[in-house]
Amino acid sequence: MKPSPQVTMFATAMLILCMGGSTLLLHQVDQTRNKATLKDTLYISSPKALKRMSLGYDGLLADIYWTRAVQYFGGHHASDGEYTLLAPLLTITTTLDPKLLPAYEFGSNFLSPKPPDGAGKPKEAVKLVEYGIRHNPDQWRLYFNLGFVYYMELNDPAKAADAFLRGSQLPDAHPWLTLLAARMAGAAGDVKTARMMWGATYDTSNDKMVRANAAAHLKALQVDDDVNALDSIIARYQLTTGRAPSSFSDLIRAGLLPGIPVDPIGNPYALTRDGRIEVRDPDKLPFIRLGKPLGYKAPDVPKLPLE
Amino acid sequence: MSPRIFNIASNTFREAVRDRVLYNLIAFALLMSGAAIFVGQISIGIERLVVINLGLTAVSLFGIVIAIFIGIALVSKEIDRRTLYTILSRPVRRWEFIAGKFLGLAGTLTVNTAFMALGVFAALFYVSHKFEQSDVWILVALYFIILQFVIVTALALLFSSFSSPLLSAVFAFSLFVIGSFAEDLRGFAAMTHGPQGWLATAAAYVVPNFSALNIISSVAHGEAVAGRLILYNTAYALTYVLMALCGSVLIFERRNLK
Repeated sequence: MKPSPQVTMFATAMLILCMGGSTLLLHQVDQTRNKATLKDTLYISSPKALKRMSLGYDGLLADIYWTRAVQYFGGHHASDGEYTLLAPLLTITTTLDPKLLPAYEFGSNFLSPKPPDGAGKPKEAVKLVEYGIRHNPDQWRLYFNLGFVYYMELNDPAKAADAFLRGSQLPDAHPWLTLLAARMAGAAGDVKTARMMWGATYDTSNDKMVRANAAAHLKALQVDDDVNALDSIIARYQLTTGRAPSSFSDLIRAGLLPGIPVDPIGNPYALTRDGRIEVRDPDKLPFIRLGKPLGYKAPDVPKLPLE
Repeated sequence: MSPRIFNIASNTFREAVRDRVLYNLIAFALLMSGAAIFVGQISIGIERLVVINLGLTAVSLFGIVIAIFIGIALVSKEIDRRTLYTILSRPVRRWEFIAGKFLGLAGTLTVNTAFMALGVFAALFYVSHKFEQSDVWILVALYFIILQFVIVTALALLFSSFSSPLLSAVFAFSLFVIGSFAEDLRGFAAMTHGPQGWLATAAAYVVPNFSALNIISSVAHGEAVAGRLILYNTAYALTYVLMALCGSVLIFERRNLK
């Protein structure tokens, strides 16, 4: 039997209309439910129960939970900075697949830094990476991650040195680990060591996000160094002339500077009327402590320039 | 293989293709291309892992569903359509009919898996731009998945030889789930003593051990598979399939088809 053209046309039109209508209605439903009911929830919080329920397909489930953890961190990083479920999500992920190395490497970076850059839970990060080391004792990067958390977030150079040393004894360990283990001996909170740590991170990672993050931290350390150096030059100028410099030209004429100083992204530093040093484009220099323009508010999520 | 078994097998294959079984390849292709393109944007550091885990899991689950739903209908459909009587009125033995049906569906699933494997490797090449030496273990994981399919197909045939299609599906699926917990069953058996312990041990050895045939997670991390494991798994799957097929033949031989 030949299909009736009228029925075909009517059914096609209705199909398209209903498809559009259902999309619009769903949008309205989402608007109504927004924030009231769509809260983050862990319906099954037991990693062991989830592993059993995966029927052996735990690798895929771990990938799903890792993606959930990444999305959770990203979402809360950009909004409220609350990370209650981050540690449980990472525990589930790594229980389902203890060999999922990105979950330890990035997970410790999500957990350990102070808010707003991270969840401010360095002890949870240590637990996570220790678990990773127990299941992947031949992965030197995990020892590096552990030492990094101990030194940068827990200010414990002794434990950091121990982690770097353990890692450096692995057959394919990166030479950075031996250097860092030695460096930890006399280092507590100095900029040189911090630069070394970020330098090691930059050199040893193949991930573009990790490298961009390390590069941004290295630039921020450079700005801190530059601002400190320029502050002391200004103080010396004031001491000899008895007045504050009105511009960098005064410092150049006084032979204290060879030229206009530039920041790590190539912009000249600004010298304000009250004698403060500022960067011109602070958005492109996330993580700086010094040199921020007065009243500057950093974006919630720093933009990392990828290589 | 006798020509009669071959003919039944090739007809079963043709029938499965006519039943649009291979249409699942479209869903699989969409799934793989979606994963390859989007996972990099919503996750970090697991592009390759997701392609392997998702690809092999999908191959496994699609195949298990096909094995169960086609497997349970292999005999009952022939009875409903009354084509079985035509076949058995010719010089075809009942055991040949069962063997042919089994080989036909196993062949269909193997061809289906081969196409899906191509999809997995294409997606892998798309995300990594190269193949690694350890990717060869993915082929072993796919081989183990095919072994799972043949066991499930044999079980579906066994159940369908004495039960209704719906119940056969329930039995086969339940056994697949229980078989996936085989390692846990062993653990429980080891913890119990006396008659309960023997019963639990017997149950743990009677149900098919699907967990030993699932190495998706380890090959995703590039871990090598021991040659002995390949050998033992092959021998185990063949023995189990033979056992289930013998059961089917024994029941089907005695079944009153009038």
